[in-house]
Amino acid sequence: MLPPAARLAARRLLGLATSSASESAAARRLSRSPISYAAAGCSSRLFSTALNYHLDSPENNPDMPWEFTEANMKKVNEILSHYPSNYKQSGIIPMLDLAQQQHGGWVPVAAMNAIAKIVEVAPIRVYEVATFYTMFNRTKVGKYHLLVCGTTPCMIRGSREIEEALLEHLGVKRNEVTSDGLFSVGEMECMGCCVNAPMIAVADYSKGSEGYTYNYYEDLTPKRVVEIVEMLKRGETPPRGTQHPERKNCGPAGGNTTLHADMRRQW
Amino acid sequence: MAFFARAIRHSSPYLRSRAPPPPAVAASCRWISPTAAAGSPEAGAAVAPADPETPPPREPVGGARVELPSNPEDALEVFVDGHAVRIPKGFTVLQACEVAGVDIPRFCYHSRLSIAGNCRMCLVEVEKSPKPVASCAMPALPGMKIKTNTPVAKKAREGVMEFLLMNHPLDCPICDQGGECDLQDQSMAFGADRGRFTEMKRSVVDKNLGPLVKTVMTRCIQCTRCVRFASEVAGVQDLGMLGRGSGEEIGTYVEKLMTSELSGNVIDICPVGALTSKPFAFKARNWELKGTETIDVTDAVGSNIRVDSRGPEVMRIVPRLNEDINEEWISDKTRFCYDGLKRQRLNDPMIRGTDGRFKAVTWRDALAVVAEVLQQVKPEEITGVAGKLSDAESMMALKDFVNKMGSDKVLCEGNGPSPPADLRSNYLMNTSIAGLEKADVFLLVGTQPRVEAAMVNARIRKTVRATQAKVAYIGPPTDFNYDHEHLGTGPQTLVEIAEGRHPFCSTLQSAKNPVIIAGAGLFDREDQDALFSTIETVAKKFNVVRPDWNGLNVLLLHAAQAAALDLGLVANPTESIKSTKFLYLMGADDVDLDKVPDDAFVVYQGHHGDKAVYRANVILPSSAFSEKEGTYENTEGCTQWTIPAVPTVGDARDDWKILRALSEVAGAQLPYDSLSGVRDRISMVAPNLVHVDEREPCTISSEVKPPVKQQVSSTPFKTVVENFYMTDAITRASKIMAQCSATLLKK
Repeated sequence: MLPPAARLAARRLLGLATSSASESAAARRLSRSPISYAAAGCSSRLFSTALNYHLDSPENNPDMPWEFTEANMKKVNEILSHYPSNYKQSGIIPMLDLAQQQHGGWVPVAAMNAIAKIVEVAPIRVYEVATFYTMFNRTKVGKYHLLVCGTTPCMIRGSREIEEALLEHLGVKRNEVTSDGLFSVGEMECMGCCVNAPMIAVADYSKGSEGYTYNYYEDLTPKRVVEIVEMLKRGETPPRGTQHPERKNCGPAGGNTTLHADMRRQW
Repeated sequence: MAFFARAIRHSSPYLRSRAPPPPAVAASCRWISPTAAAGSPEAGAAVAPADPETPPPREPVGGARVELPSNPEDALEVFVDGHAVRIPKGFTVLQACEVAGVDIPRFCYHSRLSIAGNCRMCLVEVEKSPKPVASCAMPALPGMKIKTNTPVAKKAREGVMEFLLMNHPLDCPICDQGGECDLQDQSMAFGADRGRFTEMKRSVVDKNLGPLVKTVMTRCIQCTRCVRFASEVAGVQDLGMLGRGSGEEIGTYVEKLMTSELSGNVIDICPVGALTSKPFAFKARNWELKGTETIDVTDAVGSNIRVDSRGPEVMRIVPRLNEDINEEWISDKTRFCYDGLKRQRLNDPMIRGTDGRFKAVTWRDALAVVAEVLQQVKPEEITGVAGKLSDAESMMALKDFVNKMGSDKVLCEGNGPSPPADLRSNYLMNTSIAGLEKADVFLLVGTQPRVEAAMVNARIRKTVRATQAKVAYIGPPTDFNYDHEHLGTGPQTLVEIAEGRHPFCSTLQSAKNPVIIAGAGLFDREDQDALFSTIETVAKKFNVVRPDWNGLNVLLLHAAQAAALDLGLVANPTESIKSTKFLYLMGADDVDLDKVPDDAFVVYQGHHGDKAVYRANVILPSSAFSEKEGTYENTEGCTQWTIPAVPTVGDARDDWKILRALSEVAGAQLPYDSLSGVRDRISMVAPNLVHVDEREPCTISSEVKPPVKQQVSSTPFKTVVENFYMTDAITRASKIMAQCSATLLKK
């Protein structure tokens, strides 16, 4: 077991157990002290990753049996066939991705151990990879994992409002799963959609690794993002890509205004 | 001291120190400056000659010697701060600077570990390079013009230092690394006088790595030395770098203790106070300690150590560089057994009264009692047993004394019923520990080097990692931290190999430098003569012993064993002890005390109240290895001295002095009164024991041995060392070792 300090830190980082009331009280107390800026900086300091260590729980512990399904085992062999037999560890990332799809959007420590066995490395080498990449969730997520881009272009275009709207609508905190287990909201860094900022990515784990999709929803407004969530809740598939009614892909609203002519003739 | 002394140690095998620097010199080397050759750049300029064309060659860092390859094409010339230096091909820029006498600051670089290049502290300017270059990871190219003292290089280091200190806590006053901290030293020498970081520092949860290593992970600067040490040298893949960016931390992810017999070394390689010694925590400051350069006696390797003491107390033990024996590592047993030196000690001579209780007496009374008993027993009933920690001087005195009393029953524990003392090559590691690196096939017979001699095991692992050498093992299933082939558990497998029937023969046949290592546990077997003759057959068959290569080895278990065999302490223990009426145990605790006749008079001369004290009639307190000058011969036949670091406890005396005094009281005075007198006597019996730090090759080959008629038995080999952490009186008295046995050994 980890020491109590570790548990406390864990809870803080996940933002789970500390009630908002006590938090704001603490903030008020601190604001009187001269280091309030620093303290505010601390509490608002965001970590892109979750905890860097594992906490045993009934649903996530090393003693849990875990293996790839038969269908996924074929994919594993396919992944391994891409690499020389003495560089099996190159397959860690695709295998973690596969394990995440199979396990409903997150990788338990037992799955990492299983992968370590397949690629014949020490488990810690898989843990290192899994903790490095923020796309690997090491705690439970919803069936639809909503990832709000928080990088500068999206932030300028209002990604914070998007996230607030999502959190408020779903009644959860960041990285928390809704009570029906359907949704969770996370943050990620730039996905290269800046031209259609702000955007979210929706990882759909509801249909296992066979029906797994990872769709972008772009040009969002707080209102539209709630609509998308509602559609997902009803089991519909909202149209992916830009949500701006007048835009097509990354083109301007109302159609192209320049470069109509055939480029070859210009030259 | 840490930075400069480590810089000396960091020198690669090419850069060997001439000799371990004496403490005074090392202390004077504490001055750190960007230019190691002179205190300040101005001073460096002042001593520079008037002729700018040919500046004089500078001395390498730490007086290291550079071995240039014999082929001149394999050497190249670079310029460091304008000074031309010749270096072997494949050196990095950092090594080239070291050869030129410029000490480059570094955190992540360690010459015995792989190059990570992630601390960026070693940035230097290289002409025609657009950016400063991380010198530890950059290979030196011919004609490269390296500048270590330019504004660019200085500013780069300052910037790196500012980033490193950004998240580093300001708890130096309560940090155990304070005073020997690389970060502290280098920020003084290379850092800026202020930082610009005003946010909150980050904090990291501490990890529990077991009873030996204390972690304060907030101090960690992510140099990954410990991760690389664990996976490369120690061979335990437990530590890793978790997370990314500012959340990055060293850890095990799942709760796991570091179960390596070398784990204590991460304390030394950690450049900051993130990994420190748990038993030493808050006990002393390093500048209060007196360092004594001595050797370790807890196993037969004779690792070079520095005993740090404060007043009469040993505070800690740290390794000393010796490329030929322990490189710069030591095992956890060596490092942490020191608290055993303070517990269970025998202070006064004691006599067991009629009520069975010990009573403290004066030396005069104790010796008189022993001498009186000696007069009453027949000479052939006298037996002397030397313990596993005995030094050569006391064993010499014990042998001379027992012989003078008219008995030849004097032996050393652990050497078995018929010690193979006739030929030195039959009980030594003839390849030498450093020589193992040239081997390509290892055959381990009845030995588990990981627990018997952790440093030898580290050397084998190094070889296996570097050259993919194959390791085959005959013995009970055991833990290895490298790939090995388990051929079998008993002598039959060995016979099969000797007769060429085993599939492993083809591997041995194709080996260039095969090595056979037989464990000293075989000495205790009834069929040891037959076993060793079988091993010699294997050696002959596969050309293991050649004029240019001797791969036939015995790995001894105890510090006293080799010297005892050299000095001829070779009586048969079972017979001698069964028939004895006067048993003189000189620190011998592992003799079979049940076999001692009830009416025998047992004298226990030793430093710890261990097993044998329960049977003793008289106790004569002696000094431990940290308190006396003694000669020890390690498993490869290298003679080394211990140096007294602390005074003895109570009324204890050196072993040989007690025997000398007793001999006088008993009327058979030994003819030496001083340490040099004993050593003169030793030089008559075994001259190699007075040639310190030398290995004398065995001149007589094993072919002169008479043929053996014995048959090998089918009994499988046994595990010799059951508990790595507790093997002798000192380690059995140690609390830390008891904790280790409780938590780290596999149940």
